[in-house]
Amino acid sequence: MADWNKPLPTISGETKPYWDSARRGQLMIQKCDSCAEYQFYPRGICANCWSNDIKWHQASGKGTVWTFTVTYQNRTPGFAEDVPYVLALVELEEGVRMFTNIVECEPRDVKIGMAVEVTFVQANDQISIPYFKPAG
Amino acid sequence: MVDLKKGAAIVGIHEHVTRYAPDKSELQIQGESVIKALEDAGLAKKDVEGLFTASSSVRNSGMNLADYLNLYPKYVDNTTVGGGSFEFHLSHALTAIAAGRINCAVITYSSLARSGGVSVGTGGVARFGHPRLDPSPDSFEELYGLTTVGLYAMIAQRHMHLYGTTSEQLAEIAVAIRKHASMNPEAMFRDPITVDMVVNARVISSPLHLLDCCLISDGGGAVVVASPELARNCKQRPVWVLGVGEAIAHQGAGRRDLIYIAAKQSHEPAFAMAGVTHQDIDMAMIYDSFTITVLETLEDLGFCKKGEGGDFVSGGRLQIGGELPINTDGGGLSSNHPGMRGIFLLLEATRQLRHQFEGTPRQVENCQVALCHGTGGALGSRHSGGTVILGRD
Repeated sequence: MADWNKPLPTISGETKPYWDSARRGQLMIQKCDSCAEYQFYPRGICANCWSNDIKWHQASGKGTVWTFTVTYQNRTPGFAEDVPYVLALVELEEGVRMFTNIVECEPRDVKIGMAVEVTFVQANDQISIPYFKPAG
Repeated sequence: MVDLKKGAAIVGIHEHVTRYAPDKSELQIQGESVIKALEDAGLAKKDVEGLFTASSSVRNSGMNLADYLNLYPKYVDNTTVGGGSFEFHLSHALTAIAAGRINCAVITYSSLARSGGVSVGTGGVARFGHPRLDPSPDSFEELYGLTTVGLYAMIAQRHMHLYGTTSEQLAEIAVAIRKHASMNPEAMFRDPITVDMVVNARVISSPLHLLDCCLISDGGGAVVVASPELARNCKQRPVWVLGVGEAIAHQGAGRRDLIYIAAKQSHEPAFAMAGVTHQDIDMAMIYDSFTITVLETLEDLGFCKKGEGGDFVSGGRLQIGGELPINTDGGGLSSNHPGMRGIFLLLEATRQLRHQFEGTPRQVENCQVALCHGTGGALGSRHSGGTVILGRD
């Protein structure tokens, strides 16, 4: 853990519940009470209707790979040593898509549409980061 | 709305042809380009009323440029929306001129990405140093090792999945553009390539190979834009701005279908303003950061249906002599790409509309109307799209 050398998130008031929950192994997403739309990434307003009636909901943590790329070159420390790795957009069951890495499988086995589920990796005492792995 | 068609014209251009300039500063390249572009137009320092520039280096802002050139512009625009910024600048210069605020504007750009060793496409977040991530969206994205090429590759992967598009079809784009580069003595890469060479090159971020990706160079240039009255008294035949359109495409709070790009929104007002159809477009300058950028742009500009881009780009259609020649200077894939290439689209379209290459293989025959589309940012996260339609008298 001490040697986490990838970028870490900066946490603000509007995103703190997301990162607090991630530390407990829960993936939280927002839904608007006014228009009933889910949204990602989390923010202080509803991006659809601009109301403030945002509620946090625990996502099922299940989804499918919407698209991906196997990255063979990235000069950023932490990723440079990790290539090849899978950068993906996962579509959650709730309908919103998020960036992630597909982990715990061979890059060549990743396909669009494959079922995946969330898994958390602890970066430090304060921060755990959600990743996705093939659904078990 | 005020009719903006032919409300301004490109009257002067200059491309700073250097591809490697470790001995120059960015401001020097811009300054030299502005001076030469004004000479090309037959205008002078005193004529410059509007100053438009964008840079990926924050220090090199409009203020520094005005200072360096000792200019006192009364209209300043540093709109910075990635590589397509300069199509936005032309759109804004047209509007400012048509509104009577100014009669003459210069748009300029330079970058030393190559001599500075900037890994534009594969540097990841570290190409900006080691920044503290913004709470959003960075903190939900950069944790996962995004690269510029990766964000385009993801859209290529999705396109292949949905429509059966192949690497060989994407390679046709690189081959056509390299053929054009072979006619441009200033292009960085001029040796012909084949589809096999593209698909057998190493993979940078699947499914994109090395030759699906633009090169990295130094360089810069400038464009002088003038009111109709001023344009008719310039040295060069005016190249009229017929239509413009702008768009920003993003993830739409995690719900937007990223297979459609900003060009889908930006092209409609541009065509409507210009009063032309796709059949009227004699050549196009399509931002070619990657081969997939060209394919997606051609689809969403409406040159073919969504999903049919793979067939459309095949069979030599994009080569000079084909139905829709593109990137006749060799593009970002083979000629130059200092990081924000949009200004070079305007330069080459102007050369073609001036019939500057008459009598050589590089000239698009009887070129009357040209389209430029600049894309900035990344297809897989958020990007800008600026469409410009230009025409000759």
